[in-house]
Amino acid sequence: MTAQLLWLVPGLPLLGAVVLGCCGRVLPARVAGAIGAGSVGAAGLVAAVIALRWWHQAPAGDVVIDPLWSWMALPGFSSRIALYLDPVSLLMTLVITLVGFLIHLFSTEYMAGEDGYSRYFAYLNLFVAAMLLLVLASDLLVMFVGWEGVGVCSYLLVGFWYGDPANGYAAQKSFIVTRIADIAMLAGLLLLSLQLGTLDIQPMLAAARADWAPGAMAPTLAALLLLIGGWGKSAQAPLHTWLPDAMAGPTPVSALIHAATMVTAGVYLVVRLHGLFEMAPAVLDVIALGAVATLLIAACCALVQSDIKRVLAYSTMSQIGYMFLALGAGAWGAALFHFLTHAVFKALLFLSAGAITMRLHHEQNIFKMGGLRGELPIAFWSFLVGAASLAALPLVSAGFFSKEMVLGAAWARPGLGAVMWVAGITGAFLTAVYSFRAVFLVFLGPVTTRVSGSYGVRIWLPLCVLAAVALGIGWLETPAFLGGAQIFAAMLAPVLGAGVVERLPLLVPVAGMVVPVAGVVVSYGLYRSGFWHAQAVRPAGVLRRFLGSGMGFDALFEVTLVRPYLWLVAVLRRDPVDRLFDVLRDVAMAAHRWLRAGQGGKLRRYAAWLVAGSAAAVLCVVFA
Amino acid sequence: MIPWTAPLVLALMLFLLGLLGLLARRGLVFVLMSIEIMLNAAGLLFVAAGARWGNPDGQIMFIFVLNLAGAELALGLILLLRIRARLPDLDADAADLLRDAP
Repeated sequence: MTAQLLWLVPGLPLLGAVVLGCCGRVLPARVAGAIGAGSVGAAGLVAAVIALRWWHQAPAGDVVIDPLWSWMALPGFSSRIALYLDPVSLLMTLVITLVGFLIHLFSTEYMAGEDGYSRYFAYLNLFVAAMLLLVLASDLLVMFVGWEGVGVCSYLLVGFWYGDPANGYAAQKSFIVTRIADIAMLAGLLLLSLQLGTLDIQPMLAAARADWAPGAMAPTLAALLLLIGGWGKSAQAPLHTWLPDAMAGPTPVSALIHAATMVTAGVYLVVRLHGLFEMAPAVLDVIALGAVATLLIAACCALVQSDIKRVLAYSTMSQIGYMFLALGAGAWGAALFHFLTHAVFKALLFLSAGAITMRLHHEQNIFKMGGLRGELPIAFWSFLVGAASLAALPLVSAGFFSKEMVLGAAWARPGLGAVMWVAGITGAFLTAVYSFRAVFLVFLGPVTTRVSGSYGVRIWLPLCVLAAVALGIGWLETPAFLGGAQIFAAMLAPVLGAGVVERLPLLVPVAGMVVPVAGVVVSYGLYRSGFWHAQAVRPAGVLRRFLGSGMGFDALFEVTLVRPYLWLVAVLRRDPVDRLFDVLRDVAMAAHRWLRAGQGGKLRRYAAWLVAGSAAAVLCVVFA
Repeated sequence: MIPWTAPLVLALMLFLLGLLGLLARRGLVFVLMSIEIMLNAAGLLFVAAGARWGNPDGQIMFIFVLNLAGAELALGLILLLRIRARLPDLDADAADLLRDAP
């Protein structure tokens, strides 16, 4: 039964995309919006039905496979297009479809009156369909199709307002940077398929366990290549530069990219292939160090951004850094739990940011906002809940529980654990500071902007639902001193194994509770003392310019990659190898010019040459 | 009895006269006549050589040369008529229509 329904989950959004893409022009906007949101909503409904049946009675082996077609069958390699549903992909599917549906619903009102309304929903539906294919694929090759589909859709949506060349540039950047990472991923897939003969995930992992020794060269290299692909999609340093620029798209698109689709693909990839990554402990170290770097870099950059969406973009990088931190610690469940809470509160934050800016004539500069608490109470409360969750304020927010789990796992990791925990707790402090910096600047103080319009039900309903979930969902999995609920871990146990309950020293949970609160207090102190406002007034110093530009990664790539590349292009444009053969041409042309002078058409000159030639011949014969 | 070298000298003089005419004259009729003179010089050489060695082949060759001269003259006169139809006068230097145009 589940298997019969499963194909509908990616199929419905795909159908919506096809319908909207083919005849979106002739459909009225209301119908286009209904198809766009409805198809994802229906997919969400199907996913929910599947989940409820699963809850009622899990299928044998906790796996449902729907073999749709055989893609290719070659000697030594075959691939099939099949859907693979286990608790991990079920979780991803639920988040993608349900959060995605709320974002679609929000979009129907947010984008009202825009040109290309149906085009927008066609892209959005395709985006969700590609992401669902990615998480449901049984075969890495099919997953790669979804992987690239997500990349294409992000390109289309970031550049949705293509009238402005800057948006097109941002879209190209997001596509090219992730493509560069995808090359590494493709190399990893080639390596796996050549070595193991299949890319079907479960047989492949079994073959890897049978053929390869843990820590050997082959699994390490394969895992590293796949990790680079995941880094690119998940915007981890140093391949993160596309994410802040991707804010050029409409705000609900940012919500979709950051919460439900795209950037979590890297996390999912590692969790899906955790059998492979467990065989490559060196790569887990790399993951951990990359995560430490990313979460600190992004948190520092977020401290000085003036665009509300860029603050959120850097916070996403930082939070995905936490997920990778958990992955580096081998705590797959913690990573997925943080993914779940992050999907909810980041969608909430982006949608509230969209709700704020749509009332302010799309003003995104937080320094020009202020005092909006009374003007926009719905946006205020939902943004506050989201920011609390992002800052991981204890007990009241979902982010607290998941971050606690991540930090606990980091602490318990032998080796790098202490470094990871210190970085994580520092990042938590910075997160609280920058997220409440945005809250204070936007909502407190005197009103400085004109507010217009009002919210319809399709704006406030998604905000309220997401806010309620962001408050409550953390209780699925609580630390030992808060009841020790393990509903989430129990659900994932068939795939990821039963979670080991670590005995943590008191310091870990206490620090996890105190540090975010301290961050909020510090942020408030800086707000009251005018430090944040000074950022808008005073000219930027070296440090702030450095952080504001994303720690100079763009400039670094400009110097190390873009300039040499453009130089090479400029050199090769003149085709230096071809110049070599121009010598032949030049010799032939010179000879031609010289000889053609003899073709004067003068009869007597020809005769004279004939005489001279004959005389020379005779002289040669006589005297030689 | 004239010495056998006398016709040789005559032939050489005739040939050089023809050559001089070919190179120096611009009138195309005179050019054709100069060519005829050079052919006659060659014919005289054949006849003289035949007489020197008592061999009839020289006279046979002379008849060939006469044929050749007739055929050549026929073609030359046709070309002359064509040039006359296209150009104002029979100037060899003006008739450079087959030159390689710059």
